[in-house]
Amino acid sequence: MHFSDELALDGNALAGPMAEFFAVDVTSALVTCNDCGAAAPLADQAAYVGGPGWVLRCAGCSSVLVRFVTTRDAVWLDVRGSASWKIPTAPVQRSLP
Amino acid sequence: MTPRIRWQRARLVDSRLETRRARTLVFDVPQWTGHDAGQHVDVKLTGEDGFTAQRSYSIASASTPGRLELTVQAVSGGIVSPYLVDAMQLGDELELRGPIGGWFRWTNELAEPVLLVGGGSGIAPLMAMLRQRLLAGSAAPFRLVYSARTPDHVFYANELHVISQGRRGVDVDLLYTRSGLPGDTRPPGRLVGDDLPLAAPDAEPTRVYVCGPNGFVENAARLLVDRGHQPASIRTERFGSSGG
Amino acid sequence: MSVISRGFGGRGGASDPRVPPGQYVTHDFPVLSAGPTPYVDTDEWSLDLTDVDDSRSALSWTQLMAKPIEEFTVDLHCVTTWTKLGTTWRGVPVSAVLDDLDSEAEFALVHSYGGYTTNLPVEDLLDGKAWIVFEFEGEPLEPVHGGPARLLVPHLYLWKSAKWVNGIELRHDDEPGFWETLGYHEYGDPWLEQRYAGD
Repeated sequence: MHFSDELALDGNALAGPMAEFFAVDVTSALVTCNDCGAAAPLADQAAYVGGPGWVLRCAGCSSVLVRFVTTRDAVWLDVRGSASWKIPTAPVQRSLP
Repeated sequence: MTPRIRWQRARLVDSRLETRRARTLVFDVPQWTGHDAGQHVDVKLTGEDGFTAQRSYSIASASTPGRLELTVQAVSGGIVSPYLVDAMQLGDELELRGPIGGWFRWTNELAEPVLLVGGGSGIAPLMAMLRQRLLAGSAAPFRLVYSARTPDHVFYANELHVISQGRRGVDVDLLYTRSGLPGDTRPPGRLVGDDLPLAAPDAEPTRVYVCGPNGFVENAARLLVDRGHQPASIRTERFGSSGG
Repeated sequence: MSVISRGFGGRGGASDPRVPPGQYVTHDFPVLSAGPTPYVDTDEWSLDLTDVDDSRSALSWTQLMAKPIEEFTVDLHCVTTWTKLGTTWRGVPVSAVLDDLDSEAEFALVHSYGGYTTNLPVEDLLDGKAWIVFEFEGEPLEPVHGGPARLLVPHLYLWKSAKWVNGIELRHDDEPGFWETLGYHEYGDPWLEQRYAGD
């Protein structure tokens, strides 16, 4: 068995729907995978959209980092798969990291 | 709960064809306050029967209050893109929300040299960066490496031609994957290492923005690292094959 | 705010008795996924069956093919609001797969390659209401649509029809699956519009 990832978008695709419940831009957030420990900006993780909900997976090991669903009157959010989120608070990164 | 960004009404006021299957749509968005180059919007269409569909598109224009431009490539078998390219008429409306995304973004204050690497319709957010740089009179050296299938698949061809003639610290390299122009020294083919500038080891690191389909972005990012660019200085945005 | 995009939509189905409320007819077959697509060879494929007493067995591809195979035509209803009418499939009724188990279980948790799960009552898997399918419109089922084999339970929303099925776990209690733990309905009847928990 092997896996193919050609349907994945990147984390940028989740920024719009996540702006419905996060007050900050999430694409620059450094998300650490709870499974393999790899850390990457949310923008560089793998996003699966168009299904019943939205799924963000680790770009390294494909484990689920985040899931969320928007129902008629609520947003359901599951972040169990991420060990941490480091969210930059400066509005603009003026120099390279 | 009040969302940070809300859906706004947008009216199509102008449009032009970029290629036979790609169209630039100019929207009047009264409440739009501007954006940073590289950001995108979510677009929502609702039919008279109540059917709705939503997609994300990069903003192609420089920041202007009340107005923005999207360039959409029609995906065969798609729902949203064929409507936007073929059916939407001047005066028709849709909803959009944005600007979205803080990672894949260039702003006027950034002074470092910039390398833009675009594949296919991945040129759109890079064009926004180029336009923003020219509009703001920034002195940051820019280089665009733009890979298209053939010369007929190049978006913004006239504008890129004018920019490349301008000697304003902006270099434009067009390369073709299927067939090029008579006299091209580079044979047609996918992006290779020689198409990309080497990183200058002693100079300020170049900011690199890569946008295109999944495979293009993966290949370009690998080649850029081979050419000496720091992985941390490369920002990417991918178009998946889903959507349309 | 309701902004109508003129000329968009018009997909029909509103007056068609085969189309449940809130659904729109599609003529293509959208691919929805929550993760990378697994590519599984039929000679490594296996369906693990777990009974309430924890007894386990497995069905190989060859054993699946030896079961009675049916060809049938059904309508599909996805919770993302598309309905696809008149799809033709070949597969083995789930009752033929579960018959050997003689189980008292009320609920099933269905597992897939890649880690997806979904839950449903056992009775919805029996009596010709559900199949393990491996052919769509006369062709082997493509991996993006769940091949080599997926569950098909056409009377429920399509997220119950687990793609890349590789296990059926029978249970006394109703253990919610991948989407059921995140706001989706535990049963999912499209005719009652049971989309979200509480509908």
